[in-house]
Amino acid sequence: MSPDQPLLAVSGLRVGFATEAGTVQAVDGVSFELGRGEVLAIVGESGSGKSVTAQTLIGLTRSSNSSIEGSVKLDGQELIGAGDAQLREVRGERVGMIFQDPMTSFNPVYKIGDQIVEAIRAHRDLSRAQSRRRAMELLDSVGIAEADRRVDDYPHEFSGGMRQRAMIAMALALEPVVLIADEPTTALDVTIQAQILRLLERLNRERGLATILITHDLGVVAEVAHRVLVMYAGRVVEEGTLEENFYDPQHPYTWGLIGSLTRLDRPRPHRLPQIAGAPPSLLELPQGCHFRPRCPHEFSKCQQLPGLEARLADAPAHRDRCWLGPEQKRERRQVEGQIGLEAPQEAPGG
Amino acid sequence: MSGGEGAGALLEVTDLVKHFPVKRGILIEHEVDRVRAVDGISFSVERGQTLGLVGESGSGKSTACRAVLQLIRPTSGSVRFQGREISGLSRRQMRPLRREMQMIFQDPYASLNPRKRVGQIVGDPLKRQKVASGKELRTRVLELLERVGLSTEHYDRFPHEFSGGQRQRIGIARALALKPKLVICDEPVSALDVSIQAQIVNLLDDLQDEFGLAYLFVAHDIGVVRHIADRIAVMHAGKLVEEGDADQVCESPRDDYTKKLLAAVPIPDPRRSRERRAGTAR
Repeated sequence: MSPDQPLLAVSGLRVGFATEAGTVQAVDGVSFELGRGEVLAIVGESGSGKSVTAQTLIGLTRSSNSSIEGSVKLDGQELIGAGDAQLREVRGERVGMIFQDPMTSFNPVYKIGDQIVEAIRAHRDLSRAQSRRRAMELLDSVGIAEADRRVDDYPHEFSGGMRQRAMIAMALALEPVVLIADEPTTALDVTIQAQILRLLERLNRERGLATILITHDLGVVAEVAHRVLVMYAGRVVEEGTLEENFYDPQHPYTWGLIGSLTRLDRPRPHRLPQIAGAPPSLLELPQGCHFRPRCPHEFSKCQQLPGLEARLADAPAHRDRCWLGPEQKRERRQVEGQIGLEAPQEAPGG
Repeated sequence: MSGGEGAGALLEVTDLVKHFPVKRGILIEHEVDRVRAVDGISFSVERGQTLGLVGESGSGKSTACRAVLQLIRPTSGSVRFQGREISGLSRRQMRPLRREMQMIFQDPYASLNPRKRVGQIVGDPLKRQKVASGKELRTRVLELLERVGLSTEHYDRFPHEFSGGQRQRIGIARALALKPKLVICDEPVSALDVSIQAQIVNLLDDLQDEFGLAYLFVAHDIGVVRHIADRIAVMHAGKLVEEGDADQVCESPRDDYTKKLLAAVPIPDPRRSRERRAGTAR
């Protein structure tokens, strides 16, 4: 375990599911690294493979009809093919996970505190009283007021935002080094979302908790992530730092995603820029670049699949899957007038 | 006061109230409390214009929509459509008015009958209102499908064969079939993928211009609402806390709750987002 080794290294991850209609390759060759204290956002639409990627990291997609290839190394320890006992230890102890819907993530017939106590006692040799005290501390640390009283509440007595806080408390109970947050704020109101994002940010800052944030919302990404992976139809199409992805995006799909956002800090455009068509079915993927049928910049070379490569001399860690040259990209992006940096800046600052 | 067609606002809602009683007791039920879902709101929608109704979950915005359409009976208050009072009308009395006011729903998976073909779904309002039948019905439906960006070959397909965005297009075609004057859109894009949301918002925009539709556009996403609406009303705990020109409400909100709501919307621009957080952290 050398200090410069990434905390989590994923390479060539492929996840396929056998269905009646054929094999669905939900994740097709995904590689990335997550450093200590880093927040990595995986962005994509439904069917992009972002959630399947995250679930596969901790063995949640294992089943008789799935086939999983590639490598997932946590602190050098290989998790693909690891035994169930080993995975159980990884889940919770090393990697915590929170889900979109905090209502269904708790058992409705047990008290919140008891569920956290159970999670602690399954892994730690602590007494009931000790675990209960720990549960209270955890609830308090995620910002639940009167935690000593609330620990005895049932899930239905918590609001949506409180449930998500409790979910985070439970995920942190065993002090994991990695947190996987799958659309953690999608089901919440914006004012609550803002609170949860602040909480995640604080945990990241104070505990150095490495986080994988799965979301479809680029606004959320801009608020908390350090690095971004954009996924489309099972593959990573662009990878870079937060700034690179927003201010110098290289893939036309990323341009489209950024361009189609409604923004309160800008004058409203007459028409929203839109991406034509819909994401492809994973059973009938287009040949070559998966985004080709929806891409206004398609040319002959797009019949072949571009690799995920660094194409900019000054940004070796900024990689994308698009055959256009950097100059062409810059020009076309400007013509489309979609991208953050090039749009008029006269909007009043919030 | 029987202001004829053409006079005044298309829809005028005054002091609309919808309370749900909370009852206790088994044999002798008595009301112990009431949930004030909609607690005295007033607004109007002009012909061909869009009023955006924004609020968080539980603010009462969906209840307000249903009460306006008389899908649930308001506790009190007035709803005037084209100058005519419709609050308290019976189902039968409402039926001819339903041609004029239609609704688009949030969940394109739940709002289409899975056993019916697209042609039937879109043609159903025309048939029920006896507007068209037989060959004419088919022609009208095909025109509608093309207008919302579907193709004629979709006529005989079932809803499950479509993506979320396409299903929402089917729902829009159905709402437009009777050439309504008012369409109430309840979170029409919030269940859709990001790349599809813009398509549907643009489609609604185009249809408004083409057919002179008025929208009551209800959503929690103030960014989308600001894009499509002329005016915005902000709802909180059953009441309207602010109403005004869309840009004005977003750029210089007066009410504290509106300010809080706007401040919570993430800015998809890392630098601006950081600046704002530094500003609010103090």
